[in-house]
Amino acid sequence: MALDVELVKKDFAILDQLVHGHRIVYLDSASSSQKPAAVLDAMQHLYETTYANVHRGVYAIAEESTRLYEEARTKVAAFLGAASTREVIFTKNVTEAINLVAYTWGRTNLGPGDAVLLTEMEHHANLVPWLQLKAERGIELRYLGVDGEGQLILDDLEQLVDGVKLVGLTLVSNVLGTLNPVAEVARVAHAAGALVLVDGAQYTPHFTTRVAELGCDFYGFTAHKMLGPTGIGCLWARESLLEEMPIFLGGGEMIRDVRLDGFTANELPWKFEAGTPPIAEAVGLGAAVDYLLAIGMADVRAHEIELTRYALESLHERHGDDIRIFGPSDPEKRGGVLSFAYKDIHPHDISQVLDEVGVCVRAGHHCAKPLMRRLGVGATARASFYLYNDEADVDALSSALTSADRLFS
Amino acid sequence: MPGLEDLYREIILDHYRNPRNRGELPTPPAVRVEGFNPLCGDEIVVFLDVADDRVQDLRIGGQGCSISQSSASMMSAAVKGKTVAEARATIRAFKSLMSIHEQRLDGADDDGGASGGASGAGGGGGGPAVPEAAVKLGDLEALQGVVRFPVRIKCATLSWNTLAQGLDEAQEASATSPS
Repeated sequence: MALDVELVKKDFAILDQLVHGHRIVYLDSASSSQKPAAVLDAMQHLYETTYANVHRGVYAIAEESTRLYEEARTKVAAFLGAASTREVIFTKNVTEAINLVAYTWGRTNLGPGDAVLLTEMEHHANLVPWLQLKAERGIELRYLGVDGEGQLILDDLEQLVDGVKLVGLTLVSNVLGTLNPVAEVARVAHAAGALVLVDGAQYTPHFTTRVAELGCDFYGFTAHKMLGPTGIGCLWARESLLEEMPIFLGGGEMIRDVRLDGFTANELPWKFEAGTPPIAEAVGLGAAVDYLLAIGMADVRAHEIELTRYALESLHERHGDDIRIFGPSDPEKRGGVLSFAYKDIHPHDISQVLDEVGVCVRAGHHCAKPLMRRLGVGATARASFYLYNDEADVDALSSALTSADRLFS
Repeated sequence: MPGLEDLYREIILDHYRNPRNRGELPTPPAVRVEGFNPLCGDEIVVFLDVADDRVQDLRIGGQGCSISQSSASMMSAAVKGKTVAEARATIRAFKSLMSIHEQRLDGADDDGGASGGASGAGGGGGGPAVPEAAVKLGDLEALQGVVRFPVRIKCATLSWNTLAQGLDEAQEASATSPS
């Protein structure tokens, strides 16, 4: 059954309001999504009924709080197709997940001359941790290029991957929307003896995620882009890898024993979760998983394809050569992230004029400055869709662009 | 609620569409300074020719939104031919104009604000200090509407911060040069 947007919208109170006297048109879910009542209620319910710190108290509400926190992990494990909850590490977000890998696996396994292969379309979160290792210990960084359609150039993959210890890439570009052939890259990488780290920030909110089918070794996603709260995300990795890796942050929760002369780390997954975790946020993430599964990820993705197709066609039809939309032209080969240039009006100005009529789009470099340089632009405007967007939202965007044109031409 | 007309005044759009002093200057004798707005990726390049304690010429390069570009254009017109001290006073006066929002947050009263603070930008020699109250901002006052759009203040001040850095570098260069 196709997704009923009108019904979905009722779950998002924030979308039922006027901004500057206009119906709010929220087109910035790639940056952060809105949250349905089910997620807010789950968090509120925890705080009002059974909130206590986890893994510590023996009293009833502490046990219940712990149970709900770990239940969220079970939901996430199933959502990712993980082999066990021991593979699901709660982190702050994808940025922290990647930093965890760079700090622990990276600092154990990468030294001078060791190479890491990334792509030109990575978010800064999958560039800076490796650039830090380059600066600190002289590792070599290589990059897969991006072609004019916004696709990875894989012609030289076998040469580039030769001698590489890790390949890190995004599944869906947060700028271009490009859906990368991660399974294919992972096959070649593994044949060359490299591990594969995948940034799933823009993928997991919109697709059925199966880490085994992707063939990756590390996978990160974040809750706040998939209807959940901020402050919680996840690193998935194969258990054997996680076992070998040294601890990340030290403190409470991650220990089994502490003496004045040393400590013993806790078992997985808590080994990597130092300090009191974001408890209500985990419960909110679990509720977001439930909400998405009730709708069905296949329908979420089908809606995204349909809306992206409508946007690509209608924007080109109305604005012709005045609009340049970056990334793949086939909606099946991309996510619902549309970065665009409109005439020569700066994205900041476009975003400002759109705001006047309640249309929220992102303007800037989207934390992907190397890709901006590759595209030959300083910044782009970006509209991104989720399950609460519909064709009327695309039409509002399209009309607002015409008013921007009137102001600046 | 501030409207777009507060932000995009006609004089601002004119400077955006017809930017003054666009281009480059040979370096040396000019200094070249870059400024970045890490938030949006805007960049401004200021070429600054300072001799005899005076801004003999300047040119603006780079790319950015209408606010950053028009602010840079107006700035170039405002400081070209001025003494270094006058240029620094203009920077202070402009930054005061842009800091009204912060002063309001601090609880300071709206009327008294324009001449306060910002003393840090003035140092580094270049003749006697010029009180910023004596500076006539003229067209630049059209940018005052920007303070009602706090996110855009950084767009408006980007070129001015870059100019301040350029004046420092030009003065350092002249202090160490044999001539």
